Amino acid sequence: MDTVYILWLRQIKRYFRSRARIVGSIGQPLLFLVALGFGLGPVYQRAGGGSYIEFLAPGIVAMAILFTAVFSGIEIIWDRQFGFLKETLVAPVSRIQIMLGRTLGGATVAMFQGIIIFILSMFVGFRPVSFVLLPLALVFMFLIAVLFTALGTAIASRLEDMQGFQLIMNFLVMPLFFLSGALFPLEGLPSAIATIVKIDPLAYGVDGLRHVLTGVANFGLFADFSILLVITALLLLIGSYLFSKIQI
Amino acid sequence: MEEIINISHLVKRFDKLVAVNDISFSVKKGEIFAFLGPNGAGKSTTIKILTTLLRPTSGSAILNGSDLSSNALGVRNSFGIVFQDPSLDDELTAYENMEFHGVLYRVPKEVRRARIEELMKFVELWDRKDTLIKFFSGGMKRRLEIARGLLHHPKILFLDEPTVGLDPQTRNHIWSYIQDLNKKEGITIFFTTHYMDEAERVAHRVAIVDHGTIIEEGSPEELKRKTNAASLEDAFLSLTGHEIRSEEATAADYMRMHRRAWRGR
Ligand SMILES: Nc1ncnc2c1ncn2[C@@H]1O[C@H](COP(=O)(O)OP(=O)(O)OP(=O)(O)O)[C@@H](O)[C@H]1O
Ligand SMILES: [Mg+2]
Repeated sequence: MDTVYILWLRQIKRYFRSRARIVGSIGQPLLFLVALGFGLGPVYQRAGGGSYIEFLAPGIVAMAILFTAVFSGIEIIWDRQFGFLKETLVAPVSRIQIMLGRTLGGATVAMFQGIIIFILSMFVGFRPVSFVLLPLALVFMFLIAVLFTALGTAIASRLEDMQGFQLIMNFLVMPLFFLSGALFPLEGLPSAIATIVKIDPLAYGVDGLRHVLTGVANFGLFADFSILLVITALLLLIGSYLFSKIQI
Repeated sequence: MEEIINISHLVKRFDKLVAVNDISFSVKKGEIFAFLGPNGAGKSTTIKILTTLLRPTSGSAILNGSDLSSNALGVRNSFGIVFQDPSLDDELTAYENMEFHGVLYRVPKEVRRARIEELMKFVELWDRKDTLIKFFSGGMKRRLEIARGLLHHPKILFLDEPTVGLDPQTRNHIWSYIQDLNKKEGITIFFTTHYMDEAERVAHRVAIVDHGTIIEEGSPEELKRKTNAASLEDAFLSLTGHEIRSEEATAADYMRMHRRAWRGR
């Protein structure tokens, strides 16, 4: 337990000490929210969709969490390059504990980022339908955060240096985001796209968040929750395994 | 005396390069054992294998009764290490780095606090305990890494060029602490160094490795006698030859070189 806590604490400290990172990872989602929210708002309204900001905000919260979470997971590559990873690898603790501590730390940070975006979205006109459901929104944020931190860690365990980073951003994180339904409604999509959306785990996170925040949903809360939970557990196990195979 | 490290036919291949070529030897409990050899001889690679960071291509090793291949956790429970390459978290303070280590190694809170203070005073970093590592000089980082390695008292302590870049005063100071620990707690010390005088002074036994194989083994006295040399350094040179090892520098070597040059100032 102490092990998990100290690893968690390390991630938190590192995050709060790097202001540039906090500001940087708030800037991008905020830009999406404002530019798309106001830019596409009128078109969306005319098409009969209602308020686009309302629709978009949960998606952007998920986006902020996704980016920060994957990034937190990938931090292992830095630890490897700066040498600190060795210190954790030789410690007499199980690899699952290390994985859990790191992942929870990264996930806490990502969730914090999501909450900031959520609060900021209220300033540009977003209002959740019910404040009673907010704790449920936090549950979904947490699941998204853990899932993608674990994914980042799993992938980074196989990478030697930062060269793979761009690849992950362009071919994994971006598609995960754009094809999650964060930006557009899922009704009436071409069937190929609709299928891809269904295998994108973020789609269930966005759907769950949107459900509890705005009352609009696609897959249903229970489906969202259980699918996220299963994938998260799976990625944690795969991540621990890949982590335990790291050689330096 | 009882053997605490037992290595048999250890081989590590990186693609075509054979870094460790069929090494077998053992270290006795409570011994101070020096593992010496020219650059690129395979010292760090051997240590990485023994500390579970690398898997050997073939061969086996038993540390403190635990088999490396079947009981990595048991092995990890038996040793402490000071790495050759940097291993501190730059974004944490000196104290936080120590605390992190103490918690991972389950040093009880009271002992941990007391020992961290004692060790940080010992390496003269106590007044800098709340400074982030990224603001430390090379020598300060090295001293902290050594202090951290001594924080939990393991059965076996691996020291991979622990005193590189430190001034002679600090080196002596640190070695007398380690010798003390070895005597009082019976901790086995397994170290590498390029300072032959250091090895001659503190090592009970020495193994000289070159091109991944052990070419000689014995006490410093025995090695000197065998080679008719006046000092361990002369013995070393006559055993390993005088030519400088040039090899394809890996990224790690390159970084290491830079770090050394920088520290040397
Ligand atoms: N990860 C790696 N990939 C490829 N080659 C490696 C790797 N690690 C080490 N080597 C090579 O293995 C050989 C032994 O390296 P090692 O670091 O064990 O030497 P060493 O005895 O510790 O030398 P030094 O005194 O310079 O620290 C060297 O030729 C080195 O380039
Ligand atoms: Mg070395």
